[in-house]
Amino acid sequence: MITTTSLYDQLISFYNNTAGSGQQWLSDLRSRAFEAFSTQGFPTTKNEEWRFTNIAAFLKEDYSLQPGAATLQDIKKSNGIPSFDAHEIVLKNGMLNEDVNIRGITVTPFRAALKDDRLKSYLSKYISLEKNAFAALNTALFQNGVVIETAKNIIADKPLHLIHVYNAEDPVFVNPRILVIANKGSKTEVVESIYVKGKSPLFINNVTEAYIAENARLDQYYLQTTAPNVRLVNFTQCVQSSDSLYNNYTYTLPGADFVRNTLHLDLNGTNTESHLYGLYLTGANQLVDNHTSVHHLFPNCMSNELYKGVLMDNSRAVFNGKIYVHQDAQKTNAFQQNNNMLLSNKAVIDSKPQLEIFADDVKCSHGSTVGSFNNEALFYLKARGIGEIAARNLLVNAFAFDVTNKIQIPAVREYVEKLITKKMSEAYDYQ
Amino acid sequence: MLLSIKNLQAAVEDKQILKGINLQVNAGEVHAIMGPNGSGKSSLASVLAGRENYEVTGGEVLFDGKDLLELSPEDRAREGLFLAFQYPVEIPGVSNINFLRTALNEIRAYHNQPPLEAKEFLKLTRENQKLVEFDAKLTNRSLNEGFSGGEKKRNEIFQLAMLNPKLSILDETDSGLDIDALRIVANGVNKLRSEKNAFIVITHYQRLLEYIVPDFVHVLYDGRIVKSGTKELALELEEKGYDWIKEPVTSESI
Ligand SMILES: Nc1ncnc2c1ncn2[C@@H]1O[C@H](COP(=O)(O)OP(=O)(O)O)[C@@H](O)[C@H]1O
Ligand SMILES: [Mg+2]
Repeated sequence: MITTTSLYDQLISFYNNTAGSGQQWLSDLRSRAFEAFSTQGFPTTKNEEWRFTNIAAFLKEDYSLQPGAATLQDIKKSNGIPSFDAHEIVLKNGMLNEDVNIRGITVTPFRAALKDDRLKSYLSKYISLEKNAFAALNTALFQNGVVIETAKNIIADKPLHLIHVYNAEDPVFVNPRILVIANKGSKTEVVESIYVKGKSPLFINNVTEAYIAENARLDQYYLQTTAPNVRLVNFTQCVQSSDSLYNNYTYTLPGADFVRNTLHLDLNGTNTESHLYGLYLTGANQLVDNHTSVHHLFPNCMSNELYKGVLMDNSRAVFNGKIYVHQDAQKTNAFQQNNNMLLSNKAVIDSKPQLEIFADDVKCSHGSTVGSFNNEALFYLKARGIGEIAARNLLVNAFAFDVTNKIQIPAVREYVEKLITKKMSEAYDYQ
Repeated sequence: MLLSIKNLQAAVEDKQILKGINLQVNAGEVHAIMGPNGSGKSSLASVLAGRENYEVTGGEVLFDGKDLLELSPEDRAREGLFLAFQYPVEIPGVSNINFLRTALNEIRAYHNQPPLEAKEFLKLTRENQKLVEFDAKLTNRSLNEGFSGGEKKRNEIFQLAMLNPKLSILDETDSGLDIDALRIVANGVNKLRSEKNAFIVITHYQRLLEYIVPDFVHVLYDGRIVKSGTKELALELEEKGYDWIKEPVTSESI
């Protein structure tokens, strides 16, 4: 257990000051969550789920839990995503200050939403707080964030762009919370990006829960490219009902020193379809960890996961993907693949795909590869006059193509592709 | 003189493969290189194009007056050398058209020329597609991915047409082509021939040389050019096979 005294004491006093407010069910939940966090403490490398990810250094800062005011100073239009036509939802330090009007979709500040007892049936319903210290901590402490709810049979006319704006002029530790409720037959796309002002350490301990009802579709995009002072722990719990479709796109590019994505997907009905696409292009001293787990609980569901990694400089990446096919989940189709390109001899990847099958009539596969540039391909490109750097850019984009070409929003796709080229040219050492 | 190879020697993994090649190519000429499998034809092409696993152990190569062996593979291409690969590489995820645009613009940048306007590029692409009868659908696909053998070879000639090099080396471009495809490829090359450029055509069969008529024919055997002549030599080889040149009669070579 890590007990960085100042942070830990602050967390306790913050909890004591805030947890009692609100409905009984909420205080009960918070109390259970805080208990779960205190019992576990922050995870260390002794915890199997954090074996390759040592976060001690990221917790040492003199964090405050009260960020200064966040402003939109210097933020680019659409947070730097050119020609992205979306409903913008700007969260300043997790707070929604303006009303958002979208036909068929309500966006409510979490604080206001908590007054509604209906939230009881969603909040941390599927999260195993006893096994996820960060999610437990968030559940105990969170004050801000939003609830996004798409009404029955509503097809959103445009994607939602959730821009998280933070003030990091002084070291802060924040616990934002997102809840997405996609009601029956609805279709919603949510793109999340981050904008940070200030260069002090910023620890974002985010929890997102997504509920996708029968016949609904939800696409979630996490665009994680930000500043080195950011440490991002991003926990997602997604629950799918029968006949629903869920797409998750997690793209992590150079920026934050530390990113940990934990994505749990419960397939809680028959005939669901899920696609999890991930790209991590890591540089400098980044540590990027992706943990996913997919639970097939009912028959006839399909899940497909493809994570691709390109590692440069001194960066490290961790991939851990689990698929559980439970006994009742006959006729499951579950695929998982993790491919990596190591472009620096100082970079390190730890990749572990896992498959546990308790049903007998299933089609499952998983695999993991680590490679570098294909010299034949490099020579072919050079023999046509293409220089070393341009050739490498082409090949890395080609490697990432399998996951970038899955992006359904053209502006986002173009943005990610350009970002890959830009971030590669900024790397100081890859070979 | 466009290309001057003097006593070129090269090795792979300490195995001597080219054992002293001499060859002079002038602008406007077509040279054919023939020879049995494993004699070093592709190796010669690779060394000229700058493939890294070959170590040049002796000799010199001047290309348009420049020391070719000093240049990186990309600079050789930018100076106007083109190798049509015997085995073109498939690169999934790199679109044919994006690849060509990048290549063309990198070559232009080397010569201090601005990138081609989208419109000009499109026009050039259309013209050359027609020239080598290259299916327009293929230009938008991933580079060579899932192409048939013939489509790959035709793509090499399409690239050749787009990049308009001074010296083109065609490494067995005819192998695996049916007679129609062969005629199309040969027609493309003939249309591209001019007083300013030159071709080295590596082939196994005399057949291609009926369509691309060479000025000179050389026989490569065991890392050396053991015989040179005019196009009649190709016919003789077709008739007699290679056995007769395998005797140690290097003194006979011109
Ligand atoms: N990468 C390599 N490693 C070892 N030997 C090679 C390699 N490439 C070619 N060789 C050898 O070089 C010789 C010439 O091959 P190659 O140039 O391909 O001949 P050709 O094109 O005339 O058929 C052969 O003996 C072949 O085995
Ligand atoms: Mg050969």
